[in-house]
Amino acid sequence: MTKLIIPLVALVALAFAPNFVSAYGLGLLIGAATYVTLASAWALFSGHTHYVSLATVAFYGTGAYCMAVLNEALPYWAVLLCAGGIGATMAALVGLSTLRLQGVYFVIFSFGLAELVRQLITWYEVNVTGTLGRYIFLDITARDIYWQMLALGAATIALTAWIHRSRLGMALRVIGDDEAVAAHSGINLARVKLIAFVLSAVILTLAGAITSPRYVYVEPAIVFNPTVSFLTVIMALLGGANRLWGPALGAVPLFLVFEWLSANFPDSYPIFMGLLFIGVVFLLPDGILAGIEKLRARRKVQS
Amino acid sequence: MSFLTIEHAVKQFGGLRAVDDVSFSLQRGEIVGLLGPNGSGKTTLINLISGALPASAGTITLNGQQLTGLRRDKIARCGVARTFQLVRILPSLTLIENVMIPAVFGHKAHWGAAADRVAKDALAMVGLSERATMSAGDLTYIDQKRLELARALAAEPELLLLDEWLAGLNPTELEEGIKLISELRDSGLTILMVEHIIDAVRALCPRVVVMNSGKLIADEQTDKALTDPAVVTAYLGEDVDA
Repeated sequence: MTKLIIPLVALVALAFAPNFVSAYGLGLLIGAATYVTLASAWALFSGHTHYVSLATVAFYGTGAYCMAVLNEALPYWAVLLCAGGIGATMAALVGLSTLRLQGVYFVIFSFGLAELVRQLITWYEVNVTGTLGRYIFLDITARDIYWQMLALGAATIALTAWIHRSRLGMALRVIGDDEAVAAHSGINLARVKLIAFVLSAVILTLAGAITSPRYVYVEPAIVFNPTVSFLTVIMALLGGANRLWGPALGAVPLFLVFEWLSANFPDSYPIFMGLLFIGVVFLLPDGILAGIEKLRARRKVQS
Repeated sequence: MSFLTIEHAVKQFGGLRAVDDVSFSLQRGEIVGLLGPNGSGKTTLINLISGALPASAGTITLNGQQLTGLRRDKIARCGVARTFQLVRILPSLTLIENVMIPAVFGHKAHWGAAADRVAKDALAMVGLSERATMSAGDLTYIDQKRLELARALAAEPELLLLDEWLAGLNPTELEEGIKLISELRDSGLTILMVEHIIDAVRALCPRVVVMNSGKLIADEQTDKALTDPAVVTAYLGEDVDA
């Protein structure tokens, strides 16, 4: 029971948080909620399967573009629905053709996908519509965005918790360990990977759509920035990608650190980012949560 | 009617015929040894039956259901379980989780308490019950082999394919291993086992099939096969006149 009560209380507290913070504070809350959502959604697929995807921003940017293109034609909720549908379709098509790639090939492919989508949209905007940038003017407050993102993040974590207990979660863990054993045990590899990939992609796309009004002005170079993909991966890895709360635990501090660095050292902050990447991979390859468990186990052995 | 039927199975790797027109069948409840020198195509044949590799030609049927052309997971759900020549466990999972996987995803598709019971029974069968919550990556080689067998058993298979499961065991472990397999045989399980240890084959299998260079060269009683000139030549080479 306490496992359920603490997160619920925290969620309610976070929902009231905008009443107590400045506009800048609210911006930070939105950013943190966004990265918690992105990292958790990324881990939903990649955490157990070890398929490291750098395509996060392909879906995130697509979501933002859906909002930019459709917000004047459709009601807000319909745009979200469209974005989710487009993200799912894109993930299904891409997944069917590429989820048999393994290891580094999948990583490279997913990175290429993000660039491909960005270049396709750029080409389309320049050659067909004739305008590269778009404006998003929506009657939506920063608080609304925050609440929506908070709800999406909570839903993502709840979905992950449910998956961890389901057959799907079990199958994903086996796939991460040994695909041959998984197949010979009766697991339909293609289906399991595709379901998880599509679920993850729908959330990433929705996150892009929800957060896009914050940009006001949208163009491919902004919303398809590969840094978003890299940050998402490193946040999930820092916390522990195969734990329920791992991605959230990694996302909040890293987001705040990057905010502070980019505000105070606008020119040199990519250097710190690189150092952090290296540090996380070297020092905490399995994430903070696993690191704490190891420490505890060692203390137990000593005492 | 025979239970497992292999008809004219062929596997071609480029210019090499690893399995060359092999046909034989197993009755339900039978245990048959698959012998042959290294590189004769035994593991490839196991891979054809379990679907790890698609057959180039020929048909394999289990209990009237055609296996050739099916995906690995579908064949597993038809009731075929296997072990691997190079032991494959799931190192990040606990023992009980390792074993539960085929119980959940196999042809009986158990969940919850039922899956738990099947997994516990399988672990008990190979003597690993006490270490059920240990991580599989921490096991010794022999225990990994045991775990792999338990995993195959938890699938509650109709047909069990063992690929040199007894290889690498010391004499005491070998004795235990033979006893374990004979218990499985007595429980009525149909088993096809690749094995190099002749004592084990004599003890367990009344009948053997022998392969050499992809071809089936003998399918007879074990005693007869082991003195069959064709089999002896395959293992030891031709007599050379001095």
